[in-house]
Amino acid sequence: MSMLDEMHLRRNPSLTLGQKLWSINWGLILLIALLAGFGMAMLYSAANGSFDPWASRQAMRFLLGLSVLLVVALIDIRLWFRLAYPIYLLSLLLLVGVEVMGSIGMGAQRWIDLGIIQLQPSEVMKVALVLALARYFHGLTLQDVGRPHYLIPPVFLAFAPAALVLRQPDLGTALMLLMVSGAVFFAAGVRWWKFALVIAAVGGAVPLVWSHLHTYQQKRVLTFLDPESDPLGSGYHIMQSKIALGSGGVLGKGFLQGSQSHLNFLPEKQTDFIFTMLAEELGMVGGLMLMALFLLVFIYGFAIAMRSRNHFGRLVALGVTVNLFLYVFINIAMVTGLIPVVGVPLPLVSYGGTAMLAVLFSLGLLISVSIHRDIRIPRRGLRDEA
Amino acid sequence: MSERRNEEQGRHRRFTRRAAMLAGGQVLLLGALAGRMYYLQVVEAEKYKLLAEDNRINIRLLPPPRGQIVDRFGTPLAVNRQNYRVLLVSEQVRDLDASFDRLDRIVALDADDRERIRGEIKRKRNFVPVTVKENLSWEQVSRIEVNAPELPGVSIDVGETRHYPYGDVLSHIVGYVAAVSEKELTGDPLLELPGFRVGKNGVEKLHDEELRGTAGTSQIEVNALGRMIKELSRQDGHPGREVVLTIDAGLQSYVHQRLANEQSASAVVMDIDNGELLALSSVPSYDPKPFNIGLSRKQWLDLVNDPLSPLSNKSIAGTYAPGSTFKMIVALAGLAGGIGADHKVYCPGHMTLGNHRFHCWKRGGHGSLDLEGAIQQSCDVWFYDVSKRVGIDRIAAMARRFGLGEPVGIDLPGERGGTMPTKAWKLANLGQHWQGGETLVNAIGQGFVLTTPLQLAVMTARIASGRAVVPHVTRGLRGAGGVELVRPEAPKLDIPEAHLDIVRAAMDAVVNSARGTARGSAIEEPGWEMAGKTGTSQVRRITKAERAAGVIKNEDLPWRRRDHGLFVAYAPVDKPRYACAVVVEHGGGGSSAAAPIAKDIMLETQRRDPLGNEPLPLVAQGAGQKA
Repeated sequence: MSMLDEMHLRRNPSLTLGQKLWSINWGLILLIALLAGFGMAMLYSAANGSFDPWASRQAMRFLLGLSVLLVVALIDIRLWFRLAYPIYLLSLLLLVGVEVMGSIGMGAQRWIDLGIIQLQPSEVMKVALVLALARYFHGLTLQDVGRPHYLIPPVFLAFAPAALVLRQPDLGTALMLLMVSGAVFFAAGVRWWKFALVIAAVGGAVPLVWSHLHTYQQKRVLTFLDPESDPLGSGYHIMQSKIALGSGGVLGKGFLQGSQSHLNFLPEKQTDFIFTMLAEELGMVGGLMLMALFLLVFIYGFAIAMRSRNHFGRLVALGVTVNLFLYVFINIAMVTGLIPVVGVPLPLVSYGGTAMLAVLFSLGLLISVSIHRDIRIPRRGLRDEA
Repeated sequence: MSERRNEEQGRHRRFTRRAAMLAGGQVLLLGALAGRMYYLQVVEAEKYKLLAEDNRINIRLLPPPRGQIVDRFGTPLAVNRQNYRVLLVSEQVRDLDASFDRLDRIVALDADDRERIRGEIKRKRNFVPVTVKENLSWEQVSRIEVNAPELPGVSIDVGETRHYPYGDVLSHIVGYVAAVSEKELTGDPLLELPGFRVGKNGVEKLHDEELRGTAGTSQIEVNALGRMIKELSRQDGHPGREVVLTIDAGLQSYVHQRLANEQSASAVVMDIDNGELLALSSVPSYDPKPFNIGLSRKQWLDLVNDPLSPLSNKSIAGTYAPGSTFKMIVALAGLAGGIGADHKVYCPGHMTLGNHRFHCWKRGGHGSLDLEGAIQQSCDVWFYDVSKRVGIDRIAAMARRFGLGEPVGIDLPGERGGTMPTKAWKLANLGQHWQGGETLVNAIGQGFVLTTPLQLAVMTARIASGRAVVPHVTRGLRGAGGVELVRPEAPKLDIPEAHLDIVRAAMDAVVNSARGTARGSAIEEPGWEMAGKTGTSQVRRITKAERAAGVIKNEDLPWRRRDHGLFVAYAPVDKPRYACAVVVEHGGGGSSAAAPIAKDIMLETQRRDPLGNEPLPLVAQGAGQKA
């Protein structure tokens, strides 16, 4: 029976809307909704027990994002395959656009104002880069991957946006782009020693670049690496965040009862530091529960990646999952004082429109990979088939 | 085909292997985060709980004492007094209403108070204390202290409150302080302190920044309940600076009392040479104290709806038709236009222009008069004739040189400019062309012309001194870095002294000659004689029918429709030093209502002679001086 189904699919690789809806990973969507619900509860608390101004607006954004997710998920994977490079190019143009606008306007600029929402091209690029790299590696055999000159184009694909983002200057996002790319390279089968080589080369170049930087640029990098040197800025934030977390204890101070958050000792409690507030009010138990929910999402992601029958889908699913993981890890590591403050929100939970939309879009891609997992895409691309 | 499949299987296999490695790596990293959480929330939890509960370092602001306001001799006009007040920290209060009720038994809290407190609680962060009631008596303080256990979140605080020893006598000049409103919050944390006051009117408002000073800070350790544990460091601020006025408080009191017999009146006394205002009074006035404490809605509505508008400083914001006090300007415009002092006009009691008849105030007419006689007897027809020759625009230009028609720039908020019409003004504002008859009406200070009492005083001072003096009430600032506000000597008006002398002689005749309109108010003390000019400004139009039947006397009219009485004066007549303007609203004629008041004021001014006494030195004595 199932053999027959499969045969049918292979021969006639287009699914009806009903089949697609049936095969959506509703469990994953439930997890996403739970995470967003957690976030809204915390936003309700952050506003001292009021839906205004954050929770209600976040709920609207979530519903909007969820419909985007469904649309993205229902679009055929082959269309995403075809659009991979155009999307990448468009994102790159947007990045160049903010760069130009920034140099004309007032210094650092990361946003393009579209009226309804502000578009942050670096967020879009995180998804676009995954698509483009997946598209590229989809066309390579293992032997090709082993040949160094085949790796030159994807390295360019990754470094061009990273360099643009670095100029904004947004070191955190640039590193995230490179780390996601690294994960895709790794999953595509690039040899270990090549990673070692690149890391060594970058490490060797650092002193050279450092000596060419202006003093103020050096200072900026140093403050980034050691926020404690700026005790009234991010150092103070981290101290207050640790006090809030630590004083929360195992079971927390209770919903709406976080003294650190409600006395405004905790900065940015509705955005970057929302996890701190959660762990202060709901304790370690609450914090670990949230992390467990995220872990389940990651497991879904990897499972979808491994089950896909096309290489493009596998790499997209993996890239998207790693990207989400990086958000979560960097945010929590930051608020617990493990790494410097870099201003990365907690996806689905923190207050904010663009990040929410970008994350739900990428999760839509993940589900699209899952729905269309049995569709085969020839290595040499779709045109051969026609 | 099979090679291709093998290839596909190969890279799938490697992908799966490597994806598993990445997944494993992620699990490890998440584990590290969980470990970190365990470390912070279990291992170190006690330490952080202590930090959170007991060890918050706060920076507390030390409000600087507000600077005093004193008169020219150092008499305090606005000072600080100790003030006991009840504060309430909303986060420590479980049931606000219950707390209010309990407090109500000790200090009265009406519905207005409660509403205000609720508003403040909403506006401020919930650990910032809010003022419940101020100016408590000792008994109330001790009763609250005794009942402290059942009043959680309630505390007593001693602060400073503003006290105005002269009350309503000086409220229009000194102004008042009141609680900071939401609009005024600039982000300066000082403004958020409970009970902090800022100047809302008068000098208190104009010099608020200098009077306020800068806040000191005290770094203190507090526990979670906001109770202070110890002070870690302290940095003192700077007290506000003292503002010295030009006003003579004694003279001001006299003027205020002298005016208080009238329903609504104002008076200005100034130094004719440098523009220092010695008295500036407007009755009725208001008591500044309730503003400081917080006005109730009823008190506020009463003040705003009072038909006599006590809140308005009429000496700078009341605009009145100047009546005959405007005639000096027309005379000067005539002199400048070549119409000499000997220009004679026959007054039959009216003048006809076109088909309209313009009346003189004296029905029978004055006969033949020259300039001096025309001012002395305030003949309207003489000025009709001169104004017809000179034209309104040249009269207006002359008026502006004497400070009429636009704000003179006194250093007090709320000054109004009045109106000095020209042909262009009428076209722009009313969209109509100027009528010839209007020149005549405006030439006797009726029609469109509107002036403030302050402007009339400035006009008189400029006639007496020949200088373009600008009036002001602030002499300077005392205290650290004391400086006199730099006032360059007023420049000479570009008016021939001979012209001014003609007008001065005429003003002398108004008061000191047998036929003068203010003969009854002449000062008899030798050397203190004053010169002046009466003015009566109609607030209603006298119809033809009424004129035929006999003009109704002021005393027979309802108060609202009676004429305004005006008088301007300077003294002493030989060597002028003081100028004065008095306006009595609906007081009847200038000679009967305003001139006697001006006489008394000028007499008292010269008796006290504030300019003859050494004023308070602005810079600390001793600096730069050698014994």
